[in-house]
Amino acid sequence: MATSDVMIETRELSKVYGAQRAVDRISFEIRRGEVVGFLGPNGAGKSTTMKILTCFISPSEGTAKVGGFDVFDDPLSVRSVLGYLPQRASLYPEMGVVEYLEFAADLRAIARDQRRAKIKEVVEICGLKDVLGKTINELSYGYRQRVGLAQALIHDPPILILDEPTADLDPNESAEVISYIKEIGKTRTIMLSTHDLAEVKEACARVLIVNRGKIVADGAPDELAAKSGSVKYVLAIDAGKDESVRKSGPVIDAVKRVAAGAIVRELPGDDRATTLEVSVKGSGDQRREFFRMAVENKWDLLELRREAVQLEEVFRQLTVGEGAPRRNAGSKASDTSAATKESSSDV
Amino acid sequence: MSDTETTATTDAGALRRGSIGTPINNTLAIARREFVSYFSSPLGYIVIGMFLLLVGFLFFIPFAFLTLGKATLQPMFNSISWLLPLICPAIAMRTFAEESRTGTLEMLITQPVRDWEVILGKFFGALGLLAVCIVATFSYPVIISRMGELDWGPVAGGYLGLLLGGAAYISFGVMVSSFTKDQITAFFVAFIISAVFFLMNKALIFFGGAATVIEYLCPDYHFASIARGVIDPRNIIYFGSVIFICLLATARSLESRRWS
Repeated sequence: MATSDVMIETRELSKVYGAQRAVDRISFEIRRGEVVGFLGPNGAGKSTTMKILTCFISPSEGTAKVGGFDVFDDPLSVRSVLGYLPQRASLYPEMGVVEYLEFAADLRAIARDQRRAKIKEVVEICGLKDVLGKTINELSYGYRQRVGLAQALIHDPPILILDEPTADLDPNESAEVISYIKEIGKTRTIMLSTHDLAEVKEACARVLIVNRGKIVADGAPDELAAKSGSVKYVLAIDAGKDESVRKSGPVIDAVKRVAAGAIVRELPGDDRATTLEVSVKGSGDQRREFFRMAVENKWDLLELRREAVQLEEVFRQLTVGEGAPRRNAGSKASDTSAATKESSSDV
Repeated sequence: MSDTETTATTDAGALRRGSIGTPINNTLAIARREFVSYFSSPLGYIVIGMFLLLVGFLFFIPFAFLTLGKATLQPMFNSISWLLPLICPAIAMRTFAEESRTGTLEMLITQPVRDWEVILGKFFGALGLLAVCIVATFSYPVIISRMGELDWGPVAGGYLGLLLGGAAYISFGVMVSSFTKDQITAFFVAFIISAVFFLMNKALIFFGGAATVIEYLCPDYHFASIARGVIDPRNIIYFGSVIFICLLATARSLESRRWS
């Protein structure tokens, strides 16, 4: 049974569509005040899990509780304690912003004397002041998401479930929505699904990674990265006048001698230097050895950096594993390239 | 009755339950939104305009009332009853189909409302638009009453019959709308069902021994009875049953989405 601290709890939860198990016996707990990132490739079961938790669909097997209420036995109570923003929040386009929030307040049974104050509060939190006179079909996608978020917050719920709140937003809009989520997350339990790992690192203290309907990782973003058990070095070496070294082969050989078993990858760089990414198993520090290698070979070491494996890498390892659906490979590849780009821009 | 029900649970692990509106408040809130939304799009105006245009035409054609030599609205009510199988599916076609297509249904159903509150809200919202259409014809009995002695009993019965018959056709439309995401499909299917039910008692000769049963199943038969100014409980029970069965099927349709 849930303790008073557990706000969302699933036990062996499954959802079967025909022959496909969209959610496959997943169990997890989210405690009071946690902001949890719910990650996974498309079709991994994130939205299905969220739809079960909000009582929009019923589970095929297992149990789920939200705020201590069973989603099957007491859906009305579940919905009363949570705020939900579905993926690509669909709002009534013909309604005005205030009219829509009043409708949401009606359905949340907010007393008439408190209604104006509540609407004013969510308008301020979600930054809707500038669009109050508009109808929803006049709003940009970013503002529609904010209105969706405002309706989810209007009854001041202790639990929020947000399904890809930043999907299709431009970077500025995403950053704003994430900053709102961080703000409101100070006093609430939030389950946030997103594809943007940078957002997760910024907003979430804990991450649940789901793949093919199963939970494949659960922990703090840094913890998960550390658990992957490898570190990465970035080296940029200028071999000077030595033409043979400019072809990078000797540098890679030397690096492999220093770090036996390492995976070495050449990164794009300028003509003068060879830039390598060296992934090494274990958590040791080999920067001294790389430095000595450069000195002994009389090469100029332009850059030497050690970094823990990023969440992106962990996500890729866990979700493009054996038996992962082929269609996910594309998205993972783009994640990887994004990670590489990020790493390069750090350089 | 209090405005809200707020209940502290006995489960030690549970949060205090949030505010949940009373069934009446939730139904009214949904019905109000539904009704107002007809006037935020051309649909409401088109339906009212078309209805009044057709009724006006039927009212003023000579055989409708002048030839009868007495002040009566019977021909007008009969004419309007022919329009209901066309107008009501047009009013009800978007109730669920459009919300399913755009995704707003997910937002609505995940609010703390019961399925039947959503269904009733949408049904009454659609019925509200039909009521506006019907109320807009109130000028006709006033005009007729100035021409001669008008018996107001059949007039009241006629309007009640239109409302009940319209409600039955709207319930067909709401039910069909809950099975599809395409409002045009919803319109045509509901129109065909309504037309079949409407026309059944026009072809009783083909049904032989079953003619009495078929006649009883036909909304127009019950409408004609009420429009004579006689309120027979059997007619009320008939319309109530049709509406109940259709809205129950709508509830099952919503429920089946959860398990699909």
